[in-house]
Amino acid sequence: MTPRQSNFWKVFATPVVIALLSAAGLFAALLGDGVWDALSWLGLGVPAILALRGLLQRR
Amino acid sequence: MKSKTIRRWSFVHTWTSLICTVFLLMLALTGLPLIFHHEIDHLLGDAAELKAMPADTPKLNLQQLVQAAEKHRPGEVMQYFGFDEDEPDAAITIMAATAGTEPNSSHTFMLDARTGEALEMPSANGGFMMVMLRLHVDMFAGLPGKLLLAFMGLMFVVAIISGSVLYLPFMRRLKFATVRQDKSTRLRWLDLHNLIGVVTLTWALVVGVTGVISACADLLIAAWRNDSLSAMVAPYRDAPALTQLAPATRLLDIAKEVAPGMQPDFIAFPGTRFSSEHHYAVFMKGSTHLTSHLLTPVLIDASTLQVTAVAERPWYMDAMGMSQPLHFGDYGGMPMKILWATLDVLTIIVLGSGVYLWMVRRKAAKPVLEKAESVA
Repeated sequence: MTPRQSNFWKVFATPVVIALLSAAGLFAALLGDGVWDALSWLGLGVPAILALRGLLQRR
Repeated sequence: MKSKTIRRWSFVHTWTSLICTVFLLMLALTGLPLIFHHEIDHLLGDAAELKAMPADTPKLNLQQLVQAAEKHRPGEVMQYFGFDEDEPDAAITIMAATAGTEPNSSHTFMLDARTGEALEMPSANGGFMMVMLRLHVDMFAGLPGKLLLAFMGLMFVVAIISGSVLYLPFMRRLKFATVRQDKSTRLRWLDLHNLIGVVTLTWALVVGVTGVISACADLLIAAWRNDSLSAMVAPYRDAPALTQLAPATRLLDIAKEVAPGMQPDFIAFPGTRFSSEHHYAVFMKGSTHLTSHLLTPVLIDASTLQVTAVAERPWYMDAMGMSQPLHFGDYGGMPMKILWATLDVLTIIVLGSGVYLWMVRRKAAKPVLEKAESVA
């Protein structure tokens, strides 16, 4: 059962994008106010909304 | 991934998580009100409110403020003056029985820089928010408490990493963000644990690592005193103790001359752990957003007012400075605070579901084990 490269990326592609987005969000607000703050809200908002969507969804 | 490898990672994930869960739950719960400490202080009326005065009202000089502080708390000595851009007309003042008194026994209040009037800051010295803060920082156990929490933080980081490794075998046949609703409660929570865990990964890692760094602050400050400070004040080693300090009046001007373009953050009076027995230390911060978290100390001889040194910033003091905003989440306005609180609650859910999944699996494994034993 050796995982092929495609297998890895199939599972991790979306989480990696989200991880990079949150990292960018965490860093952005350190650089300034205004637009930079808004970028941080976007970067941290994406994981928060995805998690809440999973929690609240019902059949 | 071989099943043996999966079992090993699973073992690491289970046990690092179980060891730290109780502490992490406590940290996440006490951290929640701390995110909003500013707003809560205002709500409870614990925030010091400066009188409204014309914008061009002249300010007292620093020595006049020292005198006002000493009059307010006779018998105590100055430890620190702190400055805040949000309150340009105020000086946060910290005094104690001696300059070397440990921080938890100090008294913090605000001085109106225009009138010298003292305003109490109840939440800085006691009350509900202080209890939350002490639980969060050291569980009222001083350095051992901080180091225990730092260790728990490291366990948390290992749990996050091992959890990410396990994400692969668990999710191989599932689409991202799948939450199986129709199979069983256990599967639903397993999927939620995986989903919430993986999307909050970066935030949890950053808050975890910066928390560990902050918990080690006492050690970092001690290292800084050993590395940089002791070399700079070596010539003063055998100097007699100071009986009188030169007036503080011009300290900020002196510091600004040798650190142009920087802003004062706080002044440590002689004898505190941020200064020496013979120096005022003016901590200057950069004037850009990013560098405002990085502090450069200017050591000023407390009898001659000559600049002894502009201290180097060792990398670990910079790491400590950058850790603070990244741990507190106070650098991106109210929306960021709300997101911080949301991610904190989501972390609580990941911790709780982790314990639940462990208990369910243990219960399921038991009968199998008993059967195996009866056969043997």
